[in-house]
Amino acid sequence: MSEGFNIDIVNPEKSFLSKENVSEVVVPAYEGEMGILKDHIPIISFLKPGIIKVLSGSEEHNFYVEDGIVEFKDNTLSILTSSIFDIKNVNKKHVSDEIQEAENELNKDDLNDQKRFLLNHKVEILKSISIN
Amino acid sequence: MASLDDLKKRISSVKSTQKITKAMKMVAAAKLRRAQESAERGRPYSEKMNNIILNLSSGVSDKENAPKLLSGTGDDKVHLCVVLTADRGLCGGFNSNIIKKAKSYFQKISDTGKKLKIITVGSKGYDQLKRLYQDKIIENISFKESKNANYFDADKVGKIIIEKFENNEFDVCTIFYNQFKNVITQIPQEQQIIPLKTEEKDNKSSEENYEFEPDEDEILGNLLPKNISTQIFKAMLENSASEQGSRMSAMDNATRNAGEMVDKLTIEYNRSRQAAITKELIEIISGAESL
Repeated sequence: MSEGFNIDIVNPEKSFLSKENVSEVVVPAYEGEMGILKDHIPIISFLKPGIIKVLSGSEEHNFYVEDGIVEFKDNTLSILTSSIFDIKNVNKKHVSDEIQEAENELNKDDLNDQKRFLLNHKVEILKSISIN
Repeated sequence: MASLDDLKKRISSVKSTQKITKAMKMVAAAKLRRAQESAERGRPYSEKMNNIILNLSSGVSDKENAPKLLSGTGDDKVHLCVVLTADRGLCGGFNSNIIKKAKSYFQKISDTGKKLKIITVGSKGYDQLKRLYQDKIIENISFKESKNANYFDADKVGKIIIEKFENNEFDVCTIFYNQFKNVITQIPQEQQIIPLKTEEKDNKSSEENYEFEPDEDEILGNLLPKNISTQIFKAMLENSASEQGSRMSAMDNATRNAGEMVDKLTIEYNRSRQAAITKELIEIISGAESL
Protein backbone atom coordinates (compact mmCIF):
# COMPACT_ATOMS: atom_id res chain seq x y z
CA MET A 1 0.00 0.00 0.00
CA SER A 2 1.20 3.42 -0.80
CA GLU A 3 1.06 5.96 1.93
CA GLY A 4 -0.87 8.46 -0.12
CA PHE A 5 -4.35 8.76 -1.58
CA ASN A 6 -5.81 9.83 -4.90
CA ILE A 7 -7.15 13.20 -5.82
CA ASP A 8 -9.47 14.06 -8.70
CA ILE A 9 -10.35 17.61 -9.48
CA VAL A 10 -13.00 17.92 -12.16
CA ASN A 11 -14.74 20.90 -13.62
CA PRO A 12 -17.75 20.64 -15.90
CA GLU A 13 -15.71 20.84 -19.06
CA LYS A 14 -12.95 18.42 -18.27
CA SER A 15 -10.98 16.59 -15.67
CA PHE A 16 -8.74 19.28 -14.27
CA LEU A 17 -6.29 17.27 -12.25
CA SER A 18 -5.93 13.65 -11.40
CA LYS A 19 -3.13 12.61 -9.18
CA GLU A 20 -2.13 9.56 -7.24
CA ASN A 21 -0.16 9.20 -4.09
CA VAL A 22 -0.90 12.56 -2.57
CA SER A 23 0.12 12.90 1.05
CA GLU A 24 -2.03 15.80 2.15
CA VAL A 25 -4.62 18.17 0.76
CA VAL A 26 -5.83 21.33 2.42
CA VAL A 27 -9.18 22.58 1.16
CA PRO A 28 -11.03 25.76 2.08
CA ALA A 29 -14.17 24.06 3.33
CA TYR A 30 -17.23 26.02 4.17
CA GLU A 31 -16.61 26.08 7.87
CA GLY A 32 -12.90 26.60 7.79
CA GLU A 33 -9.80 25.12 6.28
CA MET A 34 -9.71 21.38 6.34
CA GLY A 35 -6.65 19.23 6.02
CA ILE A 36 -7.22 15.77 4.63
CA LEU A 37 -4.85 12.91 5.13
CA LYS A 38 -5.03 9.29 4.14
CA ASP A 39 -7.82 7.19 5.69
CA HIS A 40 -9.92 10.17 6.53
CA ILE A 41 -13.51 9.13 7.22
CA PRO A 42 -15.96 9.68 4.33
CA ILE A 43 -16.94 13.30 4.23
CA ILE A 44 -18.90 15.64 2.01
CA SER A 45 -18.57 19.35 2.28
CA PHE A 46 -18.60 22.38 0.07
CA LEU A 47 -16.04 25.02 -0.57
CA LYS A 48 -15.79 28.73 -0.17
CA PRO A 49 -13.36 30.88 -2.15
CA GLY A 50 -9.87 29.95 -1.19
CA ILE A 51 -6.79 27.97 -2.00
CA ILE A 52 -6.49 24.25 -2.37
CA LYS A 53 -3.10 23.01 -1.39
CA VAL A 54 -2.01 19.65 -2.71
CA LEU A 55 1.06 18.13 -1.12
CA SER A 56 2.73 15.08 -2.54
CA GLY A 57 6.18 14.27 -1.33
CA SER A 58 8.15 17.47 -1.50
CA GLU A 59 5.94 18.94 -4.22
CA GLU A 60 3.31 21.48 -3.49
CA HIS A 61 0.58 22.70 -5.81
CA ASN A 62 -1.76 25.54 -5.13
CA PHE A 63 -5.06 26.16 -6.85
CA TYR A 64 -7.57 28.88 -6.42
CA VAL A 65 -11.24 27.82 -6.28
CA GLU A 66 -14.35 29.85 -5.96
CA ASP A 67 -16.87 27.25 -5.01
CA GLY A 68 -17.34 23.54 -5.29
CA ILE A 69 -18.05 20.32 -3.55
CA VAL A 70 -15.55 18.01 -2.01
CA GLU A 71 -16.09 14.38 -1.30
CA PHE A 72 -13.72 11.97 0.33
CA LYS A 73 -14.37 8.27 0.12
CA ASP A 74 -12.27 5.13 -0.09
CA ASN A 75 -9.10 7.16 -0.08
CA THR A 76 -10.18 9.15 -3.09
CA LEU A 77 -10.75 12.84 -2.83
CA SER A 78 -13.05 14.26 -5.47
CA ILE A 79 -13.40 17.97 -5.88
CA LEU A 80 -16.11 19.27 -8.17
CA THR A 81 -15.78 22.90 -9.04
CA SER A 82 -16.80 25.20 -11.82
CA SER A 83 -14.09 27.77 -11.22
CA ILE A 84 -10.53 26.77 -10.61
CA PHE A 85 -7.12 27.89 -11.75
CA ASP A 86 -3.53 27.09 -11.00
CA ILE A 87 -1.88 29.86 -9.05
CA LYS A 88 1.47 29.25 -10.68
CA ASN A 89 0.45 30.20 -14.18
CA VAL A 90 -2.23 32.67 -13.38
CA ASN A 91 -3.16 35.55 -15.57
CA LYS A 92 -2.77 38.74 -13.52
CA LYS A 93 -5.32 40.53 -15.62
CA HIS A 94 -7.87 37.82 -14.98
CA VAL A 95 -7.38 38.10 -11.23
CA SER A 96 -7.73 41.85 -11.18
CA ASP A 97 -10.88 41.54 -13.30
CA GLU A 98 -12.31 39.12 -10.78
CA ILE A 99 -11.46 41.45 -7.92
CA GLN A 100 -13.11 44.31 -9.72
CA GLU A 101 -16.22 42.26 -10.34
CA ALA A 102 -16.45 41.11 -6.74
CA GLU A 103 -16.02 44.65 -5.50
CA ASN A 104 -18.75 45.88 -7.78
CA GLU A 105 -20.95 43.18 -6.39
CA LEU A 106 -20.11 44.27 -2.88
CA ASN A 107 -21.32 47.77 -3.56
CA LYS A 108 -24.83 46.57 -4.20
CA ASP A 109 -27.26 47.07 -1.39
CA ASP A 110 -29.33 43.95 -1.53
CA LEU A 111 -26.72 41.58 -0.17
CA ASN A 112 -27.31 39.40 2.81
CA ASP A 113 -24.63 38.94 5.39
CA GLN A 114 -23.60 35.55 4.20
CA LYS A 115 -23.05 36.70 0.67
CA ARG A 116 -21.21 39.79 1.79
CA PHE A 117 -18.93 37.70 3.91
CA LEU A 118 -18.16 35.35 1.02
CA LEU A 119 -17.43 38.21 -1.34
CA ASN A 120 -15.17 39.96 1.14
CA HIS A 121 -13.37 36.73 1.62
CA LYS A 122 -13.01 36.25 -2.11
CA VAL A 123 -11.53 39.70 -2.61
CA GLU A 124 -9.07 39.07 0.18
CA ILE A 125 -7.86 35.81 -1.27
CA LEU A 126 -7.63 37.15 -4.79
CA LYS A 127 -5.64 40.15 -3.59
CA SER A 128 -3.20 37.94 -1.81
CA ILE A 129 -2.75 36.01 -5.05
CA SER A 130 -2.15 39.06 -7.14
CA ILE A 131 0.53 40.34 -4.80
CA ASN A 132 2.59 37.18 -5.04
CA MET B 1 -37.45 17.08 -73.21
CA ALA B 2 -35.33 19.78 -71.65
CA SER B 3 -32.96 21.53 -73.98
CA LEU B 4 -29.26 20.78 -73.89
CA ASP B 5 -28.49 24.12 -72.36
CA ASP B 6 -30.95 23.58 -69.51
CA LEU B 7 -29.48 20.19 -68.76
CA LYS B 8 -26.01 21.62 -68.70
CA LYS B 9 -27.10 24.26 -66.22
CA ARG B 10 -28.78 21.73 -64.00
CA ILE B 11 -25.75 19.49 -63.95
CA SER B 12 -23.49 22.32 -62.90
CA SER B 13 -25.93 23.47 -60.25
CA VAL B 14 -26.22 20.00 -58.74
CA LYS B 15 -22.46 19.72 -58.84
CA SER B 16 -22.00 22.89 -56.87
CA THR B 17 -24.61 21.78 -54.35
CA GLN B 18 -22.65 18.60 -53.97
CA LYS B 19 -19.51 20.59 -53.30
CA ILE B 20 -21.26 22.45 -50.51
CA THR B 21 -22.70 19.36 -48.87
CA LYS B 22 -19.33 17.68 -49.09
CA ALA B 23 -17.66 20.60 -47.38
CA MET B 24 -20.35 20.69 -44.71
CA LYS B 25 -19.84 17.03 -44.07
CA MET B 26 -16.13 17.51 -43.56
CA VAL B 27 -16.69 20.43 -41.23
CA ALA B 28 -19.27 18.47 -39.26
CA ALA B 29 -16.90 15.54 -38.97
CA ALA B 30 -14.18 17.74 -37.54
CA LYS B 31 -16.59 19.42 -35.17
CA LEU B 32 -18.09 16.10 -34.18
CA ARG B 33 -14.75 14.86 -33.01
CA ARG B 34 -14.32 17.89 -30.83
CA ALA B 35 -17.87 17.76 -29.49
CA GLN B 36 -17.51 14.10 -28.70
CA GLU B 37 -14.30 14.72 -26.84
CA SER B 38 -15.81 17.44 -24.74
CA ALA B 39 -18.86 15.31 -24.05
CA GLU B 40 -16.55 12.60 -22.77
CA ARG B 41 -14.51 15.03 -20.74
CA GLY B 42 -17.64 16.42 -19.16
CA ARG B 43 -18.87 13.03 -18.06
CA PRO B 44 -16.84 12.58 -14.85
CA TYR B 45 -18.23 15.78 -13.40
CA SER B 46 -21.87 14.92 -13.89
CA GLU B 47 -21.30 11.34 -12.79
CA LYS B 48 -19.61 12.41 -9.58
CA MET B 49 -22.27 15.00 -8.96
CA ASN B 50 -24.92 12.34 -9.43
CA ASN B 51 -23.20 9.98 -7.05
CA ILE B 52 -22.89 12.54 -4.33
CA ILE B 53 -26.51 13.50 -4.66
CA LEU B 54 -27.59 9.88 -4.57
CA ASN B 55 -25.58 9.34 -1.43
CA LEU B 56 -26.97 12.46 0.11
CA SER B 57 -30.59 11.93 -0.76
CA SER B 58 -30.59 8.38 0.48
CA GLY B 59 -29.34 9.79 3.76
CA VAL B 60 -32.08 12.35 4.08
CA SER B 61 -34.09 11.15 7.00
CA ASP B 62 -36.77 13.76 7.11
CA LYS B 63 -38.55 13.57 3.77
CA GLU B 64 -41.01 16.28 4.65
CA ASN B 65 -38.42 18.93 5.15
CA ALA B 66 -36.21 17.91 2.29
CA PRO B 67 -35.40 20.70 -0.17
CA LYS B 68 -38.17 21.24 -2.67
CA LEU B 69 -35.86 20.75 -5.61
CA LEU B 70 -35.51 17.17 -4.48
CA SER B 71 -38.94 16.29 -3.24
CA GLY B 72 -41.05 18.55 -5.43
CA THR B 73 -43.72 21.00 -4.44
CA GLY B 74 -46.16 18.23 -3.70
CA ASP B 75 -48.23 19.36 -6.66
CA ASP B 76 -48.33 18.19 -10.22
CA LYS B 77 -50.25 20.94 -11.93
CA VAL B 78 -47.84 23.03 -13.92
CA HIS B 79 -45.25 21.40 -16.11
CA LEU B 80 -42.26 23.24 -17.42
CA CYS B 81 -40.60 21.77 -20.48
CA VAL B 82 -37.17 22.85 -21.56
CA VAL B 83 -36.60 21.92 -25.18
CA LEU B 84 -32.96 21.97 -26.19
CA THR B 85 -32.36 22.17 -29.92
CA ALA B 86 -29.71 23.46 -32.29
CA ASP B 87 -29.36 26.96 -33.66
CA ARG B 88 -28.75 25.74 -37.17
CA GLY B 89 -30.63 23.57 -39.55
CA LEU B 90 -29.43 21.19 -42.24
CA CYS B 91 -28.80 18.43 -39.79
CA GLY B 92 -31.25 15.76 -40.81
CA GLY B 93 -33.87 14.77 -38.33
CA PHE B 94 -31.99 16.15 -35.36
CA ASN B 95 -34.26 19.04 -34.47
CA SER B 96 -37.52 17.48 -35.55
CA ASN B 97 -36.85 14.34 -33.53
CA ILE B 98 -36.59 16.36 -30.35
CA ILE B 99 -39.65 18.37 -31.28
CA LYS B 100 -41.63 15.23 -32.04
CA LYS B 101 -40.74 13.77 -28.66
CA ALA B 102 -41.59 17.01 -26.93
CA LYS B 103 -44.87 17.39 -28.76
CA SER B 104 -46.10 13.98 -27.75
CA TYR B 105 -45.25 14.87 -24.16
CA PHE B 106 -47.09 18.19 -24.49
CA GLN B 107 -50.10 16.30 -25.78
CA LYS B 108 -50.03 14.04 -22.76
CA ILE B 109 -49.85 17.01 -20.43
CA SER B 110 -52.72 18.88 -21.98
CA ASP B 111 -54.82 15.70 -22.22
CA THR B 112 -54.61 15.28 -18.48
CA GLY B 113 -55.66 18.88 -17.96
CA LYS B 114 -52.38 20.12 -16.59
CA LYS B 115 -50.84 23.43 -17.39
CA LEU B 116 -47.91 23.64 -19.73
CA LYS B 117 -45.03 26.09 -19.94
CA ILE B 118 -42.22 25.87 -22.42
CA ILE B 119 -38.71 27.22 -22.53
CA THR B 120 -36.89 26.73 -25.80
CA VAL B 121 -33.13 26.75 -25.98
CA GLY B 122 -31.86 27.13 -29.52
CA SER B 123 -33.63 28.99 -32.27
CA LYS B 124 -34.67 25.99 -34.36
CA GLY B 125 -36.83 24.60 -31.62
CA TYR B 126 -38.49 27.95 -31.18
CA ASP B 127 -39.18 28.21 -34.91
CA GLN B 128 -40.86 24.85 -34.97
CA LEU B 129 -42.89 25.26 -31.81
CA LYS B 130 -44.02 28.84 -32.04
CA ARG B 131 -46.80 28.14 -34.49
CA LEU B 132 -48.63 25.67 -32.28
CA TYR B 133 -47.55 26.69 -28.82
CA GLN B 134 -46.89 30.41 -29.07
CA ASP B 135 -48.87 31.23 -25.94
CA LYS B 136 -47.13 28.50 -23.94
CA ILE B 137 -43.57 29.56 -24.65
CA ILE B 138 -42.42 31.72 -21.81
CA GLU B 139 -38.79 32.06 -22.72
CA ASN B 140 -36.63 31.58 -25.76
CA ILE B 141 -32.93 31.35 -25.17
CA SER B 142 -30.38 31.14 -27.90
CA PHE B 143 -26.63 30.87 -27.71
CA LYS B 144 -25.82 31.63 -31.31
CA GLU B 145 -22.73 33.56 -30.32
CA SER B 146 -21.12 30.77 -28.34
CA LYS B 147 -19.12 28.47 -30.53
CA ASN B 148 -19.15 25.45 -28.26
CA ALA B 149 -21.40 24.36 -25.50
CA ASN B 150 -19.94 25.83 -22.36
CA TYR B 151 -20.82 25.64 -18.72
CA PHE B 152 -21.41 29.34 -18.43
CA ASP B 153 -24.37 29.15 -20.82
CA ALA B 154 -25.78 26.08 -19.10
CA ASP B 155 -25.53 27.86 -15.80
CA LYS B 156 -27.56 30.74 -17.21
CA VAL B 157 -30.36 28.40 -18.22
CA GLY B 158 -30.14 26.65 -14.87
CA LYS B 159 -30.46 29.93 -13.00
CA ILE B 160 -33.53 30.91 -14.99
CA ILE B 161 -35.17 27.59 -14.20
CA ILE B 162 -34.39 27.81 -10.51
CA GLU B 163 -35.62 31.36 -10.30
CA LYS B 164 -38.90 30.33 -11.83
CA PHE B 165 -39.13 27.38 -9.50
CA GLU B 166 -38.61 29.56 -6.47
CA ASN B 167 -41.36 31.86 -7.68
CA ASN B 168 -43.63 28.81 -7.77
CA GLU B 169 -44.17 29.11 -11.48
CA PHE B 170 -44.13 25.37 -12.05
CA ASP B 171 -44.10 22.04 -10.23
CA VAL B 172 -42.36 19.64 -12.56
CA CYS B 173 -39.54 20.36 -14.96
CA THR B 174 -38.54 18.12 -17.85
CA ILE B 175 -35.77 18.65 -20.36
CA PHE B 176 -35.70 17.35 -23.91
CA TYR B 177 -32.51 16.69 -25.82
CA ASN B 178 -30.85 14.18 -28.07
CA GLN B 179 -28.54 11.66 -26.59
CA PHE B 180 -25.56 10.82 -28.71
CA LYS B 181 -25.22 7.12 -29.29
CA ASN B 182 -23.20 7.08 -32.45
CA VAL B 183 -22.93 9.01 -35.67
CA ILE B 184 -26.03 7.43 -37.17
CA THR B 185 -28.13 7.07 -34.06
CA GLN B 186 -29.22 9.81 -31.73
CA ILE B 187 -31.91 9.07 -29.23
CA PRO B 188 -34.30 11.82 -28.23
CA GLN B 189 -34.58 11.91 -24.47
CA GLU B 190 -36.93 13.30 -21.92
CA GLN B 191 -35.48 13.72 -18.49
CA GLN B 192 -37.19 15.02 -15.43
CA ILE B 193 -34.92 17.28 -13.41
CA ILE B 194 -37.34 18.83 -10.89
CA PRO B 195 -38.22 17.07 -8.65
CA LEU B 196 -35.12 15.03 -9.05
CA LYS B 197 -35.74 11.45 -9.93
CA THR B 198 -33.35 9.36 -7.96
CA GLU B 199 -33.15 5.90 -9.30
CA GLU B 200 -33.59 3.33 -6.64
CA LYS B 201 -30.18 1.87 -6.26
CA ASP B 202 -28.92 -1.15 -4.49
CA ASN B 203 -28.23 -0.57 -0.88
CA LYS B 204 -24.53 -1.12 -1.19
CA SER B 205 -23.37 2.43 -0.95
CA SER B 206 -25.88 3.65 1.55
CA GLU B 207 -23.88 1.78 4.13
CA GLU B 208 -21.30 4.48 3.75
CA ASN B 209 -21.63 6.86 6.61
CA TYR B 210 -20.57 10.24 5.54
CA GLU B 211 -19.63 13.05 7.74
CA PHE B 212 -21.29 16.23 6.61
CA GLU B 213 -20.02 19.71 7.07
CA PRO B 214 -22.27 21.70 7.40
CA ASP B 215 -25.35 19.47 7.73
CA GLU B 216 -27.01 17.47 4.98
CA ASP B 217 -29.80 19.89 4.30
CA GLU B 218 -27.51 22.78 3.72
CA ILE B 219 -25.28 20.79 1.43
CA LEU B 220 -28.26 19.54 -0.52
CA GLY B 221 -29.61 23.05 -0.76
CA ASN B 222 -26.35 24.18 -2.22
CA LEU B 223 -25.84 21.18 -4.42
CA LEU B 224 -29.21 20.76 -6.07
CA PRO B 225 -29.20 24.06 -7.97
CA LYS B 226 -25.74 23.19 -9.23
CA ASN B 227 -27.01 19.83 -10.29
CA ILE B 228 -29.67 21.47 -12.47
CA SER B 229 -27.00 23.41 -14.32
CA THR B 230 -24.89 20.30 -14.60
CA GLN B 231 -27.74 18.27 -16.06
CA ILE B 232 -28.43 21.00 -18.57
CA PHE B 233 -24.79 21.23 -19.44
CA LYS B 234 -24.70 17.49 -19.98
CA ALA B 235 -27.73 17.74 -22.22
CA MET B 236 -26.08 20.55 -24.15
CA LEU B 237 -22.93 18.53 -24.67
CA GLU B 238 -24.86 15.49 -25.81
CA ASN B 239 -26.89 17.72 -28.05
CA SER B 240 -23.93 19.33 -29.72
CA ALA B 241 -22.32 15.97 -30.39
CA SER B 242 -25.64 14.67 -31.74
CA GLU B 243 -26.12 17.72 -33.90
CA GLN B 244 -22.78 17.30 -35.59
CA GLY B 245 -23.24 13.57 -35.97
CA SER B 246 -26.65 14.03 -37.44
CA ARG B 247 -25.43 16.73 -39.77
CA MET B 248 -22.56 14.60 -40.87
CA SER B 249 -24.72 11.66 -41.88
CA ALA B 250 -27.32 13.95 -43.46
CA MET B 251 -24.68 15.68 -45.53
CA ASP B 252 -23.11 12.39 -46.45
CA ASN B 253 -26.46 11.26 -47.79
CA ALA B 254 -26.96 14.51 -49.61
CA THR B 255 -23.56 14.23 -51.25
CA ARG B 256 -24.32 10.72 -52.39
CA ASN B 257 -27.73 11.68 -53.74
CA ALA B 258 -26.23 14.60 -55.60
CA GLY B 259 -23.70 12.25 -57.14
CA GLU B 260 -26.45 9.94 -58.34
CA MET B 261 -28.34 12.86 -59.75
CA VAL B 262 -25.32 14.14 -61.64
CA ASP B 263 -24.84 10.69 -63.16
CA LYS B 264 -28.44 10.52 -64.28
CA LEU B 265 -28.42 13.99 -65.68
CA THR B 266 -25.18 13.37 -67.53
CA ILE B 267 -26.64 10.30 -69.21
CA GLU B 268 -29.70 12.27 -70.19
CA TYR B 269 -27.51 15.08 -71.49
CA ASN B 270 -25.43 12.71 -73.59
CA ARG B 271 -28.50 10.94 -74.93
CA SER B 272 -30.16 14.12 -76.05
CA ARG B 273 -26.95 15.41 -77.57
CA GLN B 274 -26.61 12.17 -79.50
CA ALA B 275 -30.25 12.39 -80.54
CA ALA B 276 -29.70 15.89 -81.88
CA ILE B 277 -26.65 14.75 -83.89
CA THR B 278 -28.55 11.80 -85.31
CA LYS B 279 -31.42 14.00 -86.24
CA GLU B 280 -29.15 16.39 -88.06
CA LEU B 281 -27.45 13.52 -89.90
CA ILE B 282 -30.78 12.14 -91.04
CA GLU B 283 -31.77 15.53 -92.28
CA ILE B 284 -28.55 15.94 -94.26
CA ILE B 285 -28.72 12.45 -95.73
CA SER B 286 -32.34 12.67 -96.73
CA GLY B 287 -31.67 16.11 -98.18
CA ALA B 288 -28.80 14.73 -100.25
CA GLU B 289 -30.91 11.80 -101.46
CA SER B 290 -33.68 13.99 -102.74
CA LEU B 291 -31.29 15.86 -105.03
